Amino acid sequence: MSALTPEAAARVAPDVRVCHLLRIADTSLVLAQRLGEWVGHAPAIEEDLGLANTSLDLLGQARLLLSHAGELEGRGRDEDALAFLRDEADYVNATLAEQLNGDFGDTIVRQFLLDAYQLELYERLVVSADRRLAEIAAKAVKETRYHLRFSSGWLVRLGDGTAESHARVQASLDRLWPYTRELFDADSVDREIAAAGIGPDVGVLAEAWSRRVDGVLQQATLRRPADTPFHWYGKRGQHSEHLGYLLADLQYLQRAHPGARW
Amino acid sequence: MSVTAPHDAVADAAGPLARAHAVLATLPDPEIPVLSLVDLGIVRSVEMDADGTLCVGLSPTYSGCPATTMIRADTAAALAAAGFSRVRIVDVLSPPWSSDWISADGRRKLEAYGIAPPPAPVASVRAVVAPEAPVACPRCRSTDTELLSEFGSTPCKALHRCRACLEPFDRFKCI
Repeated sequence: MSALTPEAAARVAPDVRVCHLLRIADTSLVLAQRLGEWVGHAPAIEEDLGLANTSLDLLGQARLLLSHAGELEGRGRDEDALAFLRDEADYVNATLAEQLNGDFGDTIVRQFLLDAYQLELYERLVVSADRRLAEIAAKAVKETRYHLRFSSGWLVRLGDGTAESHARVQASLDRLWPYTRELFDADSVDREIAAAGIGPDVGVLAEAWSRRVDGVLQQATLRRPADTPFHWYGKRGQHSEHLGYLLADLQYLQRAHPGARW
Repeated sequence: MSVTAPHDAVADAAGPLARAHAVLATLPDPEIPVLSLVDLGIVRSVEMDADGTLCVGLSPTYSGCPATTMIRADTAAALAAAGFSRVRIVDVLSPPWSSDWISADGRRKLEAYGIAPPPAPVASVRAVVAPEAPVACPRCRSTDTELLSEFGSTPCKALHRCRACLEPFDRFKCI
C-alpha cells in the first residue's frame, strides 16, 4: 500500500469505500457475537473471560468501523441501523467468522486464523489514506496482538498436547481451512481500495498471513491443510446457512421493538 | 437556605479550564474507582470553544470497554454539576491510549488498591527489547508470581497469582 493522500481516498466512490469498511466491520461484529455465545460455557473461568474480552474488543472495533461507514455513506444510517437493520444478504463478513463455535478447539482455530488475518490487515491499515480508518486501525492493532497471543497459545497447547487434543484440533483446522481462501480472493473493491492507498494489496496480505500462520502451526505440530477449490463469498453477501440464525439472535430486539432504546 | 445563582463558569476567577480539569481529576473511573479519569490518562484535552462550550477530549482504553459510555455520562454530569452549562465530549482515538499514560500517582493508587500497575514508561530502546520485569504481588511484594490468565475481570486487566502469599491478584495490562 503506497502512502497516498486523503485526496486520493476521496476520489474512490463512496459505495466502494463503504463496502470495504463493512467487510472489516461485519467480520468483527459476527465474530464478536459468536464469541459471546461462549459466555458461561467455556472450559474454565479464565477462558470464559478471555473469549468474552476478545468479543468486547471486536465489538468495539466493529462499532467504530460501522459508524465511519455510516458517515461515509451519508444516508443517515448509524452503527445501530447498520448492525441491527441489515438483512443477511447485506452482511459482507468473511464466511469463516460465522461458522459455529463447535468445541473449544474449533473456536480456537477459527479465532487464530482470523486474529492472524486481522493483525496483518490492521498493521497495514495504520497508514491508510483514509485517516479515520488509520486511527481505528492504530487502536485495534494493539488489541488484536493480544487476541492472537491468546489464540496462538491455545493452538500450540492443543496441537502439541495429547494425542486426543492434537487429532481433534487438526480436524478443526482441516474443516475450517477452506474458508480462509475467501480472505485473499481480491475482487474489484479490493483492487480499487488498494490502488487508492486505503487498504493493502491483498496478495501481500496473503503472503504475510501465510508466513505467520505457518510459524504457529509448526510450533503446534499441526499440518497445514492443502488448499481446495471450495469457495465461499460471504464478502459479497452469499453466506453459509449459519449467519441467518446468528442475525436472528443479534437483531431480535430491534426487529420486535423498532427503535427501542434504554 | 440561601439560593445561589447558577455558576458562571467562564467568569470564574480560577479559570474555567483549571476548574474543569480539577473536576476530571476527582471523577472516578467506574470500574477502578481508585483512579480518576486524569490518573488513567484518558483526558486528552480540555478546551473552551469560541462560543463558550467546554470541549473535553476523552480516549477509550479499549475499543470495546463497556465503561466508556458510563465515563462519558459521568463526565457530562459532573461538569454540569460544577456549573458548566454547555459541554461537548469528543472521542479522541489518535494517538491511541496506552498504559504508559497512567500517571505516576495513578500507578501508586493502583498498587495500594491491590492491582499490580504497569511499569513506569521508559524511553530506552533496550528496555523495550529486554525481557519484561517480573510482576510484583501488590500485597506481599514478592516477585515470585505467575500469570493465570491473559484476560481478567475488565478488558484492561490480566489475572496473576502470587506463589509466596498464594493470593490471586489483578494486573493492569500493558498495551
